[in-house]
Amino acid sequence: MPHSPPVIEVRNLCRRFGDVAAVDNVSFSVSAGSVTGLLGANGAGKTTTIAMLLGLLLPTSGAISVLGEDMLRHRYRVLGRMNFSSPYFDLPQRLTVRQNLTVYARLYGVRRVADRLATLAGELELEDMMDRSFRGLSAGQKTRVLMAKAMINEPELLLLDEPTASLDPESADRIRGYLESYRDRTGAAILLASHNMPEVERLCDQVLIMQRGRIVDRGLPADLVAKYGRQTLEEVFLDIARNQGDRRKSGAAA
Amino acid sequence: MSADSAQRRGAIASFSLRRVSALVLRYGYLLMGSWPRLLELAYWPSVQIILWGFISKYFVSQTSWAGSAAGALLAAVLLWDILFRGQLGYTISFMEELWSRNLGQLFISPLRPYEMVLSLTVISLIRTLIGVIPAAALAIPLYGFSLFDLGLPLVAFFGNLMITGWALGLFVTALLLRVGLGAESVAWMALFLIAPVSAIYYPVDVLPAWLQAVAWSLPPAYVFEGMRAILFNGVFRGDLLVGAMLLNLVYLVLGGLTFTLSFRLARRQGLLHQLGE
Repeated sequence: MPHSPPVIEVRNLCRRFGDVAAVDNVSFSVSAGSVTGLLGANGAGKTTTIAMLLGLLLPTSGAISVLGEDMLRHRYRVLGRMNFSSPYFDLPQRLTVRQNLTVYARLYGVRRVADRLATLAGELELEDMMDRSFRGLSAGQKTRVLMAKAMINEPELLLLDEPTASLDPESADRIRGYLESYRDRTGAAILLASHNMPEVERLCDQVLIMQRGRIVDRGLPADLVAKYGRQTLEEVFLDIARNQGDRRKSGAAA
Repeated sequence: MSADSAQRRGAIASFSLRRVSALVLRYGYLLMGSWPRLLELAYWPSVQIILWGFISKYFVSQTSWAGSAAGALLAAVLLWDILFRGQLGYTISFMEELWSRNLGQLFISPLRPYEMVLSLTVISLIRTLIGVIPAAALAIPLYGFSLFDLGLPLVAFFGNLMITGWALGLFVTALLLRVGLGAESVAWMALFLIAPVSAIYYPVDVLPAWLQAVAWSLPPAYVFEGMRAILFNGVFRGDLLVGAMLLNLVYLVLGGLTFTLSFRLARRQGLLHQLGE
């Protein structure tokens, strides 16, 4: 079987804000049909990494290739083939869900907009809220609409920041199932930043653990759990965080 | 070939009217979804024209000179409103994206910054027409004054004032990209900074000499002088029109460059995904 090139290839990526290295010499790749989890405490560099992958932020140094294109030179060639969802990005509050999705469908060049909206409304259970204003939705409903916006162009690369935040356990489970089936059906690559460890264990083929701007460990969730001699990925995460804290303390004492 | 120039070439080659219309549709939904918003657009220009119309009527009854000036005053009110609405319609639409934390979503879509600029100019034109046409129509039965009697020069005045509004809008949105909604008040005040030297209600030569130089560096002064030349002397001053057009071209290019630079700096400094309320 021919080896397909990675959907994301990041090499020696650095981003400094003054003296602070928000992302420090990070390299990784994400292949088609895989889900990669980006883990780390707040301020570890996950959002900054995603912002650079989206072209919203320029790196200080390093290279980013997305879908075979150099993101620093040709990001407009690939922006239409990728998408992003985050609870920290909203949609126009006064527009209805249908209006918001129609605008984004047109921005992404979707053909047969009405059909696409109907499909997404069915898949993400938005039928009852399509003609309600975005402002009037609950946090969980907004998360589902933001997911619909991220899926509007059937992206080959999907970047997700806390995709199930604010969702009740049942809705969150459905979204995870939806993402799995989307990945299986389309072969899309997914990069997922999450603090929900069971979610990461369920969805991800590869996990990158970031700390203070660096990737400090990586691997299959099960391999990481075995490597650290723990039962869950959450325990691994806490181990790494505490070890780092201890190292910092002993460094300060020395 | 540098990364920037390669990206610029690619971007220009792939301009999409569909994306521009998508964003115009977004602002259209907002406008049509709220009748108070729609009413507000026409409300202030109409109130202004009613107020100034009665003031003019009063002046006419007091002096014969004011009789000839009354039309100029009403025309000035309406033309000033074109400039004001043009700039405000542009910047308010941009601020809608900041208020709704939608700017990041737009800039991760295939929408190019210049397509956004074009969408803002289109919606600013629509908002201005909605605001000014009812006020201009109101002046006809109430005061027997029709701005439309200016004929073709009105098109030139309108076009020039709109372009000045867009150029100013580009400078203000560039500032908003840099500092976010902290600069919101600038969007409302910017035009009033140039109002005293725009010769709206009085000729440029009323100003002190050093301020006259400032006035002649701004396109509105040429438009308002041109308007008075028609209303007082029945003369269309082509030289004033050319002056306004050339200056508008300069300001539009400067505004475009400032916006582009501001957008690049925002990307470099990571401001695009942080802007919002």
